[in-house]
Amino acid sequence: MATFLNALFLQAGYNAALVALGAALLGFAAGAGGSFLFLRKRALVSDAVAHATLPGVGLAFIVMVALGGDGRSLPGLLLGSAITAWLGLLGVEWMVRRTRLSEDAAIGAILSVFFGIGIVLLTIIQSMSQGRQAGLEGFLLGSTAGMLFQDAVLIAGGGAAVVAIIWLLRRPMTMVAFDPGFAAARGMNVRRVDLAMVGLVLAVTVIGLKLVGLILIVALLIIPPVTARFWSERAETVVWAAGVIGAVSGWVGAALSASAPDLPTGPIIVLISAGLFSLSLLFAPARGVLASILARRAFQARVHRRQGLLALSRSEPVHDPLTLRILRREGLMRADGVATDKGGIASTRVARDERRWSIARRLHHDTALIGRYDGLTPIDEVFTRDEIAQFDAGLPAAEGV
Amino acid sequence: MGAEFVQFSLTPILIGIFAAVACALPGNFLILRRQALIGDAISHVVLPGIVVAFLITGVVTTGPMLLGAAGAALVAVVLIEVVRRVGKIEPGAAMGVVFTSMFAGGVLLLEQSDTSSVHLDVEHALMGNLEQLIWLRADGWGSLLDPVALAHLPEELPRMALIAAIIGLLTMIFWRPLKLASFDEGFARAMGLPVNLIGLGLVTAAAAAAVAAFDAVGSIIVIAMFICPPAAARLMTNRLGIQVAWSLLFAVLSAILGYVLAGYGPIWIGAASSVSAAGMVAAVSGAILGLTCLFGPARGRVGVAAGG
Repeated sequence: MATFLNALFLQAGYNAALVALGAALLGFAAGAGGSFLFLRKRALVSDAVAHATLPGVGLAFIVMVALGGDGRSLPGLLLGSAITAWLGLLGVEWMVRRTRLSEDAAIGAILSVFFGIGIVLLTIIQSMSQGRQAGLEGFLLGSTAGMLFQDAVLIAGGGAAVVAIIWLLRRPMTMVAFDPGFAAARGMNVRRVDLAMVGLVLAVTVIGLKLVGLILIVALLIIPPVTARFWSERAETVVWAAGVIGAVSGWVGAALSASAPDLPTGPIIVLISAGLFSLSLLFAPARGVLASILARRAFQARVHRRQGLLALSRSEPVHDPLTLRILRREGLMRADGVATDKGGIASTRVARDERRWSIARRLHHDTALIGRYDGLTPIDEVFTRDEIAQFDAGLPAAEGV
Repeated sequence: MGAEFVQFSLTPILIGIFAAVACALPGNFLILRRQALIGDAISHVVLPGIVVAFLITGVVTTGPMLLGAAGAALVAVVLIEVVRRVGKIEPGAAMGVVFTSMFAGGVLLLEQSDTSSVHLDVEHALMGNLEQLIWLRADGWGSLLDPVALAHLPEELPRMALIAAIIGLLTMIFWRPLKLASFDEGFARAMGLPVNLIGLGLVTAAAAAAVAAFDAVGSIIVIAMFICPPAAARLMTNRLGIQVAWSLLFAVLSAILGYVLAGYGPIWIGAASSVSAAGMVAAVSGAILGLTCLFGPARGRVGVAAGG
């Protein structure tokens, strides 16, 4: 626990602090950058991008070795991965535009084929004399073990740059993500904005290769935006909230992984964000499971209360146990099933409301108002007082209250 | 094409063919239903499945591993559905959340448990070991009639053949409902077909194919065969029956060509060792898909002239 807290507050040594800062920035960039694709309902494009980086890593290694280099320089490998990831993206885009295949089929095809080619290249590299200790498999799942200072700077700097670009492009990207048709009608070049979105995702993927690896970076691009969506209905809030969720996952995950052996950084970061997702799924206001259960129960109670009071006003016996419980709890009904004074007043009022509604529905023809009749809404929430007086005039005198 | 071929290449090629066929058949319908990526999701969650199976049983044997993988696939499908419905999230993102989280859990469990002594790692689950499924007891084509040698066939071969046969049989039996539910779900529902059940059955068959295949050929081939041959076939024809036939042809072609190119290709160009067969099979299927994207007679959308 102490080591975890130390790591959390950057006291667990230089290297761990470096990783934690890098992971937090990467998490922020991934969360915010991934939200646009998620809001655009293209979240899994990032899966294709991520897998398409592998052949680039292999090719870059081979080229660098052929040029007489060591082959393990991180910037070179990342440049190679960016190139093939870009090719993969163009491939997805080209297939969707030029053929009748849907985007998910194109994503799956690019993902598996590029990954297959990458694996072929990895086996070629393993047979090269310099390839034995290349450690390129580390890019599959990420590894912080041999991370150098300049690698961490690259990750942090890249993450910061991505965040800055998101800030600059937030308006057009939000508009296209939210309503591409409207954006196009406003004269916006939707295709270019779309490319900017996937370009950002590509940048995040490439930056994150070393830290979390190409299979798990997809999680950082999808889970924080989905989590943030539970907390807000506003597109821009979702973007920044997703950034914060990603950053927290990165930070806490890196600290946790530094505090104990056998806790690989990438999976831990992903699992932390998955934990935040589960919490949001259960407890978020409005969209969470708990909130919708509560809302459902409140609605149920209103229906039973109303129907119970209507039954009381007609002096009918109430049998439904839930209705009985609600009426008794609110002191509207005595234990023997007779209405209390309070219950009598309430039931008369509800009955009058119901009669007013039935007249209103006969007299009024504005469906926007009449359509709000659901057997629950009191009529004075919908109509003005003099309108209600008009309805009362139509009530049979004997029944009027 | 002598004894050496039968010993070292025949069984891997056959296993590859059966795996490709078993995946490509359900893939046809998954693509039509826009569920192509469910294969991707299932092959990712296979890893946590086999790790949990190993942790429970303590041994790396085929039976528990297959059970674990199948269980994980089932859990994943249910979770995706729960997240999609309860959280009101679009299917792609729901899938992304579930399979990446489960995969991360699998990797973590793997690192935490003492699996250094056994052959169980991420790369194995990804790439399979197609090249090692050799038939050492064979000494020529005659061994195909020799019961003693046949008894020493790699156990993956009959298993994969059985799965491929079952899936083929199921496809034939449920051809009409599958076709209706895939092309026009609303109409199928109106006709009284149990559309949800058909969808679940299809996903289950896909999961069975993926789980049986990953052990022998790795996840890459599984994902590639779910998508590439059916997608390429879809660009060849407008008729479902012909599409399925094309997809089988493409799948078989990818398996054979991929294996041969991986095993013998490097030697032809003078390199010393072979490359990953699984990766090469995926690459060949991609090349076939690329060609059909360029020249397939039915590649355009309806209403757009071919070549437009």
